[in-house]
Amino acid sequence: MFNFEYLTATALEDLPKLLEGNRDENVLLAGGTDLLDRLKERLIRPKRVVNIKAIAELQGIRNGDGLQIGALTTIAEIAAHADIRKKYPVLAQAAGSIATPQLRNMGTIGGNLTQRPRCWYFRGREYRCLKKGGGRCYAVEGLNKYHAIFGGGPCHIVHPSDSAPALIALGASVEVLGASGSKQIPLTDFFVLPKQKLRAETVLEPNQVITQIIIPAPKPGTRSTYLKFREKQSLDFAISSVAAALQVQEGRVQGARIVLGGVAPIPWRVPAAEKELEGRPLNAETIAKAAAAAVANAEPMRENGFKVILTRNLVQRALENLMKE
Amino acid sequence: MAKWKPLERMDFLGKAYPRVEGPDKVSGRAKYTQDQAPAGMLYGAILTSPHAAAKIIRIDDSKVRQLSGVKAALTDVHPTGTVRYAGEEVAAVAATTPEILADALELFEVQYETLPFAVDIETAMKEGAPRVFADKANISDARVEEEGDLEAGFAKADVVVESEFRTQVQVHTPLEAHGSLAMWNGEELTIWDSTQAVHGVREGVANALEMPINKVRVICQHMGGGFGSKLQPGRYSAIAARLAKQAGAPVKLMLDRKTEFLGVGNRPNSIQKLKLGAGRDGRVTAFSAITYGTAGIGTNAGVRLPIVYDIPNYRHEHYDVFTNAGAARPFRAPGCPQAVFSMDQIMDEMAEKLGMDPLEFRLKNDANPARQQEWRIGAEKIGWAKRNPKPGSDPGPLKRGMGMAASIWWPGGRGTQAMITVYPDGMVEVRCGTQDLGTGTRTYVASVAAEELGLEMAQVRALIGDSDYPKSGASGGSTTAPSVAPAIKNTAEKTREALAEIAAKHFGVSPAQMEWQKSTITVKNSPAKKLGWKELCSLLDTEPLEVRGEWVEGLSSAGVAGCQFVEVAVDTLTGRIAVEKVVAVADCGLVLNRLTTESQINGGVIQGISYALFEDRLMDPHTGTMVNSDLENYKISGSIETPEIEVIIYDEWERGVIGVGEPPTIPTAGAIANAVYNATGVRLREIPMTPDRVLLALAKKS
Repeated sequence: MFNFEYLTATALEDLPKLLEGNRDENVLLAGGTDLLDRLKERLIRPKRVVNIKAIAELQGIRNGDGLQIGALTTIAEIAAHADIRKKYPVLAQAAGSIATPQLRNMGTIGGNLTQRPRCWYFRGREYRCLKKGGGRCYAVEGLNKYHAIFGGGPCHIVHPSDSAPALIALGASVEVLGASGSKQIPLTDFFVLPKQKLRAETVLEPNQVITQIIIPAPKPGTRSTYLKFREKQSLDFAISSVAAALQVQEGRVQGARIVLGGVAPIPWRVPAAEKELEGRPLNAETIAKAAAAAVANAEPMRENGFKVILTRNLVQRALENLMKE
Repeated sequence: MAKWKPLERMDFLGKAYPRVEGPDKVSGRAKYTQDQAPAGMLYGAILTSPHAAAKIIRIDDSKVRQLSGVKAALTDVHPTGTVRYAGEEVAAVAATTPEILADALELFEVQYETLPFAVDIETAMKEGAPRVFADKANISDARVEEEGDLEAGFAKADVVVESEFRTQVQVHTPLEAHGSLAMWNGEELTIWDSTQAVHGVREGVANALEMPINKVRVICQHMGGGFGSKLQPGRYSAIAARLAKQAGAPVKLMLDRKTEFLGVGNRPNSIQKLKLGAGRDGRVTAFSAITYGTAGIGTNAGVRLPIVYDIPNYRHEHYDVFTNAGAARPFRAPGCPQAVFSMDQIMDEMAEKLGMDPLEFRLKNDANPARQQEWRIGAEKIGWAKRNPKPGSDPGPLKRGMGMAASIWWPGGRGTQAMITVYPDGMVEVRCGTQDLGTGTRTYVASVAAEELGLEMAQVRALIGDSDYPKSGASGGSTTAPSVAPAIKNTAEKTREALAEIAAKHFGVSPAQMEWQKSTITVKNSPAKKLGWKELCSLLDTEPLEVRGEWVEGLSSAGVAGCQFVEVAVDTLTGRIAVEKVVAVADCGLVLNRLTTESQINGGVIQGISYALFEDRLMDPHTGTMVNSDLENYKISGSIETPEIEVIIYDEWERGVIGVGEPPTIPTAGAIANAVYNATGVRLREIPMTPDRVLLALAKKS
């Protein structure tokens, strides 16, 4: 029989203890938009489900020098937040591009960062793939149109989050609570490749939870944008996406962060493209170079070569949009 | 021959009016099969094969039966013991809750001997490929259709175009899944079924269970679509009945989306090698086609070529290819969207080679008088004259273009029976064993009767969706309206005759002396001798009047034309095709209800866009499974993908009722492909036209 214990946590400090143990046995419920699918498909059979929605500290957006976003803040709140739209457009645009209005109303920012991959072999009950403790990645020989063009192997998933590339472009960190207290982890160090950790996508230990996201105040002259490409506009994960944040002063790019989504097992920062821009003016030539550099090291699989062209073009378009600002 | 009264004298037909069941649907009162929940009802489910080909060696259900809450289990649901696709029925179970049911499905112990398989057409066609059926080759014998002299036709051609086209397998995506609720009362069986054929399911279930037909009743009051996949009885109906019998309780067995995708139908794919010849004068002289298609373990994967245009000399050679996948079923205009996708593209390719406007070229080769008008109307509405004259010439990455393609359909009406009951209080019931798969059938059953009897719609109650009612056929092939509407009219006419006799008797004159004006009847030339509807019906005293009628010739016709024009914007940086506008000129005959007609045309266009740009059943050749068996990865058009659709109803009421359900989905993919070419200068010969294909085609061109 498949039954589980259902608990509603009320105190933040209780969480590490409640979640101690196997990550698929003790799971956390926030928006539930990913968890419920996995429960119904029986991809996981938890022994305990811990509802964290009643924990007040995890709610809300605090705006000061920079921004602190509680992990339970909904995607819809972030997309609609006036200050985020104004000062951190890349994040507002990314949040607004996620799923559908219904899912944005339920889904949380913490959940968006920790959601599991959408790979059809991972989601399909009949495939015991590497990520589920099986012996192979079915995408290698199988249907891999939507799989990774960077950082793949031995598993070839892509990271599905839209908010993650945007937050990395903004230099954000997450505050993580564990058994030994809280610590901050820069998001650039938060996600891990399958070669480092096969059965999870982040450094989080089973008993750790994200409590908030910390975004530094944008430097003067910062402009940012998020461009997401999906096949179906009504509802789709990114086939490829670009989060770009540029600090432009006196006609030159002082600092650049370009992060790709939907193309690698983790949000994929492209330093080679950033370097093409730094110290240079933003023009057609530097943009073309940056776009080419962004995909220079791509390793497409049999069916996803188009993602290389697509990603280059998206980087180009995102930077052109920022040039026009 | 029977005739409709002129349109200008109609109160309802030809006009727009809301569905009679609309309030029930928006308020949730309308109960679909999925909503049924009689007391004590159990939930049923089917265990399906995870293997694309396997022998079932042993099924052990002992652990299933030990599970508390399980009330019935079946291990003999597969007729031969050899499964030929992943998703085929292996065992079945009924339990008190859906959760226990899900547990129960995991407790069957099935031992399989797996066999080699071929799930895609390319693999199945290879020399030495695993055979789907041991005793049959995967590639069928050729089916040849020909007319005229092909060689002479090509010899006459000044220009010859050759092209290869491909279309994908499309699965049916009705909102309501297939399924049945089976309830026994002694030896009598009542089944609520989400079906396009209550009478067909009745016959099928009676046969499958070897029961007398008069002990089976099938009901379908409301249903969430079918698109052809619910025309036939499914194994699940008989399985639900057997589970219910074993459990001694009603069992509702609805398929989940995955089982739905795998096992209850699809539109076959196609590989089409086409050749078209024409003279400098713009007349097509010859056409040849060699086509392949797979209907999975089924047959009839044909492509209806040649199509639409007048071709004096042609030859079409078709091969069905077996694959280890669920059998195809009729899907909205079987064989036609595939055919028009290629035919209207090769017509455009030829027009370009001849240096002719595609519109002019079509008008020269299309003898259909309705479509001759419809092409011109559509061209005018979309602004064809303003289209991009040189393909791909728009500056910048976003490129716009226009394209067109034709529509066609054949069948008309056929036998349907109906009964009208007139009550002494003046209220009327119409009974007809048809069903409303969402198209508005119930509404016109009421309106045709109201029209003929001169009543208000509120005075008429339409009773359909029950095999206890007079027989009507399956709702498929766009035959429902041309079958049902004439039968209702005929029954209403006979009702009037019977009422006229009663009135004549009352006045002591002969029935021939009676005259109707709306619902009032008068003795000719004696205006004082008059009965209003209520007075007339009160003469029935306590005995309701029951009158039967049937489909008659003259009120419907076969042969439907139509065409569509589309405008697209192609983002050449991302490969995204956005359909911005569709002008759908629909050939409609007598329009029964303008609202539901437009609604069907909108739906056809949306489904056509979905077929052209998104839908694709993806089979993993290594595991033999469908990887995108859910609505996240099997992408269908959503609200944002839906463009402005301008529906032009080309109505000629004198032709009577013609079916409108299928034709509007036929031209969309071909018209979009032609528009994409006009926009970009790149011709896409394979659907769905997904961004990967667009980007790779653009890259190849430059």
